[in-house]
Amino acid sequence: MAERKIIDARGSFCPGPLMELIAGMKMASVGDELEVLSSDKGSATDVPEWIKKVGHELIGTSEDNGVWHIVVRKAK
Amino acid sequence: MRILIVGGGMGGTILANNLARRLTTELKSGKARITMLSASDKHMYQPGLLYLAVGRIAPDELYRDQAGLLEPGIEFHVDPVTEFKLDKNEVVTQGGKTHAYDILVIATGSRMTPETIPGLAENCETFYTEATALKMFKRLREFEGGKVVITVGVPHKCPMAPLEITFMLHDYFKDRGMLDKVKLHYTYPIGRIHSLENVAKWATPEFDRLGITYETLFNMKEVDGANKILKSEEGTEVNYDLLIAIPAHKGMEVIEKNGLGQNGWIPTHRHQLNMEGRSNVFVLGDTTNLPISKAGSTAHFEADTLGENIAGMIKMGTPVRDYDGKVFCFIEAGKDRATYAMFNYQNPPEPKAPTKAVHWFKMAYNKLYWVSARGLL
Ligand SMILES: Cc1cc2nc3c(=O)[nH]c(=O)nc-3n(C[C@H](O)[C@H](O)[C@H](O)COP(=O)(O)OP(=O)(O)OC[C@H]3O[C@@H](n4cnc5c(N)ncnc54)[C@H](O)[C@@H]3O)c2cc1C
Repeated sequence: MAERKIIDARGSFCPGPLMELIAGMKMASVGDELEVLSSDKGSATDVPEWIKKVGHELIGTSEDNGVWHIVVRKAK
Repeated sequence: MRILIVGGGMGGTILANNLARRLTTELKSGKARITMLSASDKHMYQPGLLYLAVGRIAPDELYRDQAGLLEPGIEFHVDPVTEFKLDKNEVVTQGGKTHAYDILVIATGSRMTPETIPGLAENCETFYTEATALKMFKRLREFEGGKVVITVGVPHKCPMAPLEITFMLHDYFKDRGMLDKVKLHYTYPIGRIHSLENVAKWATPEFDRLGITYETLFNMKEVDGANKILKSEEGTEVNYDLLIAIPAHKGMEVIEKNGLGQNGWIPTHRHQLNMEGRSNVFVLGDTTNLPISKAGSTAHFEADTLGENIAGMIKMGTPVRDYDGKVFCFIEAGKDRATYAMFNYQNPPEPKAPTKAVHWFKMAYNKLYWVSARGLL
């Protein structure tokens, strides 16, 4: 069954939220949702950019008190 | 209080020595006991592998006897753990022994897994073990020219290694008078050439100046060894004559087998460093799932915090401080210049222009490491 996994990358300058997501994708199954938490506003653009290029699915992006929540689904 | 440390690498060793110093009285009186279980009687200074790969040091310079690095009073066994029975506060070893503990610290490190990308292990050179670094250097000596591709998997230990090996290869070929025959090409998983934005800002013009080309948003998918093509998850391809890989890593198999964490990464509290859901199990170094660099300095700063906290728990019944996510990394910018990056959960790094002085400091640190492992620096 599809699960939603939280990737808490707040305060991560290196490897950073996108790298954490790429690593998390490898551990997920097709159909799983992953929610990245990031304190870097750059994630709101660089995560969707990668998701689009590689062919996964962007579910949504929101911001709450300086933390960006980016939800994606593993598509392949 | 029985403290059991599993793993005698950077994190485990620095913690054991730190604790032995803080708990001299308790160790003497029998109130505390420190036991370390490891998989090897040798301690490897892994950052030295980078220099081995370009022929600048010999393999024997990487090692010291582990027992000789430990403070008196620490009980040390080369007997790797095969089973973690966290509900019983026990571990079982390959030798069939059971060790009970009051506090357990897991610092078993990480390992590269080139076999997770089809064709990679058979067709790349890498430098993350002694054998592969030596093989890479021999291959470099035979290399007569062509396109050298440096490619990077996620996650990997030592975030600076991809840039460092690229700059060092540039200078290696320059010294051999071969730069006109060699083309260096670098691929990186995210949309800039290094995860740290300020490091990427510094390194990109350096690459441009040195004629090193790059492709970003490139995650290895497979290697077609017959046609010498590296393919990416993003649908692009790159030809190579020599493929140098920083393969993706996992934690140790024993961690995943015992259900402690997927791919060997243990869910860890970012400030207190305890394993999530366990108050007497702590995690150090590469095997945490924390979103910070898998680096020796991370293991070192975590060990400093944990040493104070475990001593505090024994002496005062309470931990004393939080780990703040501190990491410090040198960055070799060639064979004789270097810079560094220091950051934590709150503050990004601000790397300065590389200098010879920082390079020589790194060279000195390569020796000073042995003092640092003893917990003296
Ligand atoms: C090429 C290269 C360059 C690097 N450069 C740098 C650098 O410049 N700066 C930097 O800060 N870091 C660098 N690093 C990274 C650094 O070496 C690691 O991040 C660091 O060693 C991690 O420490 P650790 O204690 O988590 O694991 P390790 O030091 O890897 O130690 C793990 C220990 O666990 C033991 N073990 C394994 N399995 C078991 C078991 N089942 N039971 C008991 N014991 C077990 C092993 O024998 C070992 O003693 C580099 C690494 C490499 C490979």
